[in-house]
Amino acid sequence: MAYAAGVDVGSTQTKAIIINEAERIIGRALIDTGANVVMAAERAFAEALKSASIQEPEVEYVIGTGYGRYRVSFGNAQVTEISCHGRGAVHIFPRTRTVLDMGGQDTKAIRVSPTGEILDFCMNDKCAAGTGRFLGAAAAALEIPLNELGSYALRAERPVRISTTCTVFAESEVLSWLGKGKKIEDILLGVHQSIAARSVGLLRRVGIEEEVTFTGGVARNIGMIEAINKALGLKVNVSEESHFMGALGAALFALDHIRASRAPAAVVEA
Amino acid sequence: MTLTAGIDVGSTYTKALILNDDYQIISRALTNTGFKLAETSWRLYEQVLAQAGLQKDKIAYVVATGFGRHLVPFSNVAVTDLTASARGATFLFPNTRTILDVGGQTMKASRLDAHARVKSFRLNDKCAAGTGAFLEKTAHYMGFTTEEIGPLVATSKEPVPISGVCAVFAESEVINQLSLGSAPADIMHGAIVSLVDRSVQLMKRVQMEPEFTLIGGILRFETMIRVVRQHLKAEVNVPEGDLVQFTTALGAAILGHQRLRKLREQYQQR
Repeated sequence: MAYAAGVDVGSTQTKAIIINEAERIIGRALIDTGANVVMAAERAFAEALKSASIQEPEVEYVIGTGYGRYRVSFGNAQVTEISCHGRGAVHIFPRTRTVLDMGGQDTKAIRVSPTGEILDFCMNDKCAAGTGRFLGAAAAALEIPLNELGSYALRAERPVRISTTCTVFAESEVLSWLGKGKKIEDILLGVHQSIAARSVGLLRRVGIEEEVTFTGGVARNIGMIEAINKALGLKVNVSEESHFMGALGAALFALDHIRASRAPAAVVEA
Repeated sequence: MTLTAGIDVGSTYTKALILNDDYQIISRALTNTGFKLAETSWRLYEQVLAQAGLQKDKIAYVVATGFGRHLVPFSNVAVTDLTASARGATFLFPNTRTILDVGGQTMKASRLDAHARVKSFRLNDKCAAGTGAFLEKTAHYMGFTTEEIGPLVATSKEPVPISGVCAVFAESEVINQLSLGSAPADIMHGAIVSLVDRSVQLMKRVQMEPEFTLIGGILRFETMIRVVRQHLKAEVNVPEGDLVQFTTALGAAILGHQRLRKLREQYQQR
């Protein structure tokens, strides 16, 4: 049995996925990227091997992706995270035509073909507004754990309107609303809505075609899913694996390579 | 003796001063703006009065300015910070034609005519990369406080290139540079260079003309002034000492005197 792996070195977290030849996930890992990118990739891979209970030599091909993909020292090849998110999303939700990937420092809108090829994409490359960091800033200002933000937002009654664009200024705006006596729930719904509005703007630039699949770490936030559904007027696909979608796509590309490297031999035999 | 007060409620600091009719500052103070603008301005006003040993009824006219000017409960009138800065800068440097004001959360460039009237202005308050917050964030990522920026950057030999497109993305850039062995002082210097690039762009958009006068809290840093001078290849005026932070409040208090004079003339004519 051959195994393929994908390692997605994101700005905030590093994800690793190991799949078997049947395209089933058999191991995974998720760690904070931190300052040492090379080590983060190595650690995530080692943890994924452990969770799959296999040894490194059993993994035939490894593909690195994410912003730190060239720092995956043990990777056989690199593929952009855009291709990987498209591939992973179509693998899990085959009718996906549009992907919204929301990570720690960037948000990407991707339009894909029925086979998962990238037709168009658009991302925030110059500015952290509308990314996971905006939520991070709000969480820090309100002293609420990041993974609880969404459920707070769902309890809101009258959302405030967040007027700042910049993530750095968002923190002071959140505090100023708090100072004006607004409820945390209402402030947080406002924050979620403002990010959702920016994401929809990004999606419009590539063209929104159903189905839409929401990937990346922020897709674990139920408040964000709700806000995006509402802003788009449709229901987005969200997988349990949303966080691992890029790594999964990379692993699938690695499996393609393993299969392709065998194909010529089969032709000769025939 | 007629006295006026100028209160400048900025995004980061609130400044207050009392001015006599010889246009001499008899008392001044500043404090963090925080989120309760009315309270902050009251407390600061009481402080400058106490410093000068005065009662409130001795102040003939109070002019509020800055982004929080409408929230100063005891002001007689509110004027925009552009108008107040123009008045303050031309009082100190009569030939001023272009003003650059870099504050904690805003950056403004304005061009004046020969009568200190604002002819054109551009401002950035949407993106932290073009404001003092960028320097603050850069310092914080490296473990330095805002107060340490000046002394730190004074030891720099050569700036490290910092792109300065986004104050959030700067974090990865700073970490990257630190891991490459760059000195924090040189990174800070690079951040200042990129902030100055943005300042000069803004000044170009108002069709700057000499003389140039630089004001605002960020101009407390010697390096900032030096880099602006190099970049413009021209001499620049900078108010002495902490007056650089009080120029706008000074302009407001001067406008108070002018307003009073006008009111008296109108009264005498009747």
